[in-house]
Amino acid sequence: MNWISNVVRPKIRSFLNRRDTPENLWIKCPESGQLVFYKDVEANQFVIPGSNYHMRMSATARLKTMFDGETWLDVGIPEVQIDPLKFRDQRRYTDRLKDARTKTGMNDAIKLGVGKLEGLPVVIGVQDFDFMGGSLGMAAGEAVVKGLQTAAERGTPFIMFAASGGARMQEGILSLMQLPRTTVAVEMLREAGKPYIVVLTNPTTGGVTASYAMLGDVHIAEQGALIGFAGPRVIEQTIREKLPPGFQRAEYLKEHGMVDMVVHRHDLRKMLANLCRLLTRAPASGATSALSTPALSAPASEGVPANA
Amino acid sequence: MRSYLDFEKPVAEIEAKVDELRAVQAGTGEVQVEEEIGRLEAKAAQALKDLYASLTPWQKTQVARHQQRPHCLDFVNALVSDFVPFAGDRKFGDDEAIIGGFGRFQGESICVIGHEKGSTTEARLKHNFGMARPEGYRKAVRLMDMADRFHIPVLALVDTAGAYPGIGAEERGQAEAIARSTEACLNLRVPNVAVILGEGGSGGAIAIATANRVLMLEHAIYSVISPEGAASILWHDSTKAQEAATNMKITAPDLLKFGVIDEIVPEPVGGAHRDPAAAIAATGNAIAAAFAKMKDLDGDAVRRVRRDKFLAIGRSPV
Repeated sequence: MNWISNVVRPKIRSFLNRRDTPENLWIKCPESGQLVFYKDVEANQFVIPGSNYHMRMSATARLKTMFDGETWLDVGIPEVQIDPLKFRDQRRYTDRLKDARTKTGMNDAIKLGVGKLEGLPVVIGVQDFDFMGGSLGMAAGEAVVKGLQTAAERGTPFIMFAASGGARMQEGILSLMQLPRTTVAVEMLREAGKPYIVVLTNPTTGGVTASYAMLGDVHIAEQGALIGFAGPRVIEQTIREKLPPGFQRAEYLKEHGMVDMVVHRHDLRKMLANLCRLLTRAPASGATSALSTPALSAPASEGVPANA
Repeated sequence: MRSYLDFEKPVAEIEAKVDELRAVQAGTGEVQVEEEIGRLEAKAAQALKDLYASLTPWQKTQVARHQQRPHCLDFVNALVSDFVPFAGDRKFGDDEAIIGGFGRFQGESICVIGHEKGSTTEARLKHNFGMARPEGYRKAVRLMDMADRFHIPVLALVDTAGAYPGIGAEERGQAEAIARSTEACLNLRVPNVAVILGEGGSGGAIAIATANRVLMLEHAIYSVISPEGAASILWHDSTKAQEAATNMKITAPDLLKFGVIDEIVPEPVGGAHRDPAAAIAATGNAIAAAFAKMKDLDGDAVRRVRRDKFLAIGRSPV
């Protein structure tokens, strides 16, 4: 035994780090294969510096990047029945749920927040792929309904970050029923005359695309995101041929008219703020402060800068 | 030529014997044989009745997919007069996996939309086995918009394994087409009734099955994914389809309990394929009764109760 192998990391530090940091501090870019320091990726909104690969983001991390001052109020999601089918496959559904809750610290796949985006009140929903593949079950469906209703009641836009493998099969037909249920809620916001913006992130497939994720007023896709109804594997098995490169990727969807734009994550906040302002006929962000700032009316002698 | 499902083997054996005896009797004209035939026929009928009284979910899946089960067009031909089928989505093409048009049901104008699987090899290819592409759903939307404008109720006949998973379908926005079709159902200011005839397969089904009243044939199935699909995804073993069929709760009684469907239409003993005319007539009566329940609702009310109904699904414990 030498002195090197004897070194023990401070316990408290490894405990604190455990929650946010993956076991290895280095992660490999799935696209370029380069090794990058996790902290750098985290600081870069989970975009790999260099390759620009957009990693998946947790719901909380996503909300942080969106709301002014990284602060928002969580919107409570109505309780739903747990495991109505008493389902088990290789494992019990209740056990899978328990694991997902421990792993993510979330109650189910969608988190909702109300707050401000560049000063404009908005409601934002985020689907977390790490919670059972972001699958759409009763709880997630209820969250989408709640988010859209909250926006309708408050008279604000609703922004939905979609990420999902599809319906939660363990809830059977009741997960399929979330397609019409969420669609009803989309209609409600539409009747309230407020914009509904969908951000399609990697991956968004299955039942989610066949309902609220494809019914936005504006569809934004994150660079490189896989978006489609049937998964690539299912299609390959059906048609028995290889799929063309880039199939079902964000850029491909734009080419085929399914999304309005493909946006780099770093530009997303600005784009969303601009769209929300334009579609709610709010003054431009610069204009508000220019009009309300005392600089224009106050005597110059006070020396308040115009852009304070 | 009757085709039997594997679990119908006991019935098949008795019926084969009956056929044999008939052939013998035709040659000899013996009275004793006549009696024996009668006895065997009664036995076969009882065996069939017993079998169908307690079908497992997997057996129901097989019945729901039976090639001789009456399909959408069989129902339309028998129940709807003056039917005029329409074609095309006015955007890209026509998809014959979904048929649609206007006709008369019990004398009144009706809009009919349904998945057609086809009953012969040729028809199955023409209708793509009832697996629709975006054009099918967009045709449905077009028809629903028209029905709404002309105040004509909508009948949806659902029988699909699911929407077609292909390159072209994805390119042309399969998901969006399904979402818009579901939305069109929800926006109707005329009553709509959906009947799950055989298979109600996932998004491909819900796109037209989002109705005021959802009826389901006794041995039909309705699910978020096929038992085979669930088996391969959740069990990583496609041979577990039977187990998946059971655990996913896809039969009419289960769905009635969950409030997903409103009514079960009983099938003749031995399933709809044994007596298609009786199955179709019973379905016709159930459809008429379902529309009659809504005759006093105005357009706003019809739309509101449909929305409220879907929002309420799953909210109260079963």
